[in-house]
Amino acid sequence: MKINNSLVGLLALAVTGFASTATADINVGVTLSATGPAASLGIPEKNTFALMPTTIAGQKINYILLDDASDTTTAVKNTRKLIAEDKVDVIIGSTITPNSLAMIDVVAEAGTPMIAMAASARIIDPMDGKRAWVYKTPQNDAQMATAIVEHMNNTNIKTVAYIGFADAYGEGWWNEFAKIAEARNIKIVGNERFNRSDTSVTGQALKILAAKPDAVLIGAAGTPAALPQKSLKEKGYKGVMYQTHGVANADFLRICGKDCEGTFLPAGPVLVAVQLPDSNPVKDVALDYVNKYEGAYGKGSVSTFGAHAWDAGKLLANAIPAALKEAQPGTPEFRKALRDSLEATTNLTGAHGVFNMSAQDHLGFDQRSRVMVEIVDGNWLLVK
Amino acid sequence: MDLQIALLLGQDGITNGAIYALLALALVLVFAVTRVIFIPQGEFVAFGALTLAGLQAGRLPGTIWLLLALGVVISVIEASRAVRERQFRRIPMILLVNCGVPLLLAGALFALSPAALPLPLQVLLALLVVVPLGPMIYRLAYQPIAEASVLALLIVSVAVHVTLIGLGLLFFGAEGSRTKSFTDVSFAVGDTLLQGQTVLVVVASLVLIVALYFFFERTIYGKALRATAMNRTGARLMGISGSLAGMLSFTLAAAIGAFSGILISPITTIYYDSGFLIGLKGFVGAIIGGLASYPVAAAGAILVGLLEAFSSFWASAFKEVIVFTSIIPVLVWRSLKTRHVEEE
Repeated sequence: MKINNSLVGLLALAVTGFASTATADINVGVTLSATGPAASLGIPEKNTFALMPTTIAGQKINYILLDDASDTTTAVKNTRKLIAEDKVDVIIGSTITPNSLAMIDVVAEAGTPMIAMAASARIIDPMDGKRAWVYKTPQNDAQMATAIVEHMNNTNIKTVAYIGFADAYGEGWWNEFAKIAEARNIKIVGNERFNRSDTSVTGQALKILAAKPDAVLIGAAGTPAALPQKSLKEKGYKGVMYQTHGVANADFLRICGKDCEGTFLPAGPVLVAVQLPDSNPVKDVALDYVNKYEGAYGKGSVSTFGAHAWDAGKLLANAIPAALKEAQPGTPEFRKALRDSLEATTNLTGAHGVFNMSAQDHLGFDQRSRVMVEIVDGNWLLVK
Repeated sequence: MDLQIALLLGQDGITNGAIYALLALALVLVFAVTRVIFIPQGEFVAFGALTLAGLQAGRLPGTIWLLLALGVVISVIEASRAVRERQFRRIPMILLVNCGVPLLLAGALFALSPAALPLPLQVLLALLVVVPLGPMIYRLAYQPIAEASVLALLIVSVAVHVTLIGLGLLFFGAEGSRTKSFTDVSFAVGDTLLQGQTVLVVVASLVLIVALYFFFERTIYGKALRATAMNRTGARLMGISGSLAGMLSFTLAAAIGAFSGILISPITTIYYDSGFLIGLKGFVGAIIGGLASYPVAAAGAILVGLLEAFSSFWASAFKEVIVFTSIIPVLVWRSLKTRHVEEE
């Protein structure tokens, strides 16, 4: 009988063992670009995950962070590893568009929902069977480009020259901007490219000067975007300058200094959270994020990029309770339920805007997700 | 395109070309003496510029920790060798040179608050921190395999390059920096404005090139380097130490790299990984010189700078393509002109 007893005990252990895996923690796999060319975007995102809630609806959440070094192959490898070895319920990432696009096939094949923190609309558009698993939090370039063109229309700008990165970012902005500008009767008189690591853009600046545009749009991200602006100013350009939301961090202001005074850019509302009117629904959430981040990493350390990660966390926190009612974490059913629940997101306020998802729109932002900002006295100022 | 634009582009091209020329000279020097294709050359550009930027911002640059760490590692290796060879008297000297001096420098950085110092002193401090990294890297990475094939040395170079890039991100962060301008003078030439800083870059490069010429022609160490470059075995038979020649060439390469970085950092933003591309363009110049001829390498590097400036005006999207494709006709021409000699 003694043997039987211990057998029963073993069985009981096994059963409780099973039970505990059945009510397992929710595993969130994250791959982001904390090193490599996109490090200035990936680092604040990585910092943000340390601030995220560790329990949602009573379930413990494990964040498994991997660095993809801004490299597409590594991002795909990370994704496969997270799905196969860590059995994650959802993937967040990556930081940049090429990586995120490459990850779509992998997550769709495994039936794991994914929330990208990269900007391009191509990640979720056109909607198809694979992209049904994919969501993203940053605004589409088209939304930002429309804001710029509207501002140009309102300030009576007729001719514009464009200079952007010779990569997917610059090319994406050029396509969106050219399309919208033509439709709104703005003439484009120049289209130049430069590289992130260039030490000089004198040639491009001279060509733009020769075309005498009313305004120049610089389609670049991070501090390298300061180079064309500085060169144009140095060569005596007097017109209006526009930047994109890719420059919205404190380092850009530090590098660009007084050459960036009076520059306009569209940005997520989190950039000027304090200046938002109280009536803006985004203000509270954005301020909450800014305070949490600066509380942990120091004053002035916050950037809009980390807020995309924060919004991904918000989406999850909103979607997980409903998914938990359907199935247990760690199962394909749970991942499917989580995907459906994400798609049903309505009126969720994030730090960058208000999400209203649908089967066709896996971003769900409206015009509340962007504001025009002017650089005044080395600070971001909300354009009213 | 009118004359004024051509002049401005030419000025821009020559400014960048001067920097590429310095790096090309350093690459030729290192290759001739040690047969190392020194890919990390560009990292010294970034380290020099960012160390200076760190000093000016009142931060302790991370490169000082690298200096201390390398010093400790070298001390351990050298001291254990001295113990094995029972030459205990050498140990204090080893410790003093490899640990004491970096510690003294770190102490000075702590005590002096470098942000308040005049610019020449800041530049000197930055050079003192970065330049010793050159010979230290040679001692650790290259000297133990100094007799290996060019390919093995190249592979080590790639490893050193990747390591230094990673450390650069750790030390300086992902965002770039600019340093304060050396001079705010500008000259009006016709109706264009010539920035004092760009003139300074060209003049300083020229001075450095002339100084290098005299170093190689007039000093005993310069002659020793030239002898090693011409015939390693012969030089050793004449009592020129191969490892001393290696150390010396790496010191020079590091000094040239760091100084170039300090020269251009007021003109452009330098990132932890900017150096690689700048070094690569210097390398194109060096290739034009066949990794052997100093004057042709310098001229080739100026040509790269000019090509870059004019192609950025005409076809900015294809600038890098044009610059790096120019290496192909050069290689074809060189391979037709010279008979291939099997490596020893």
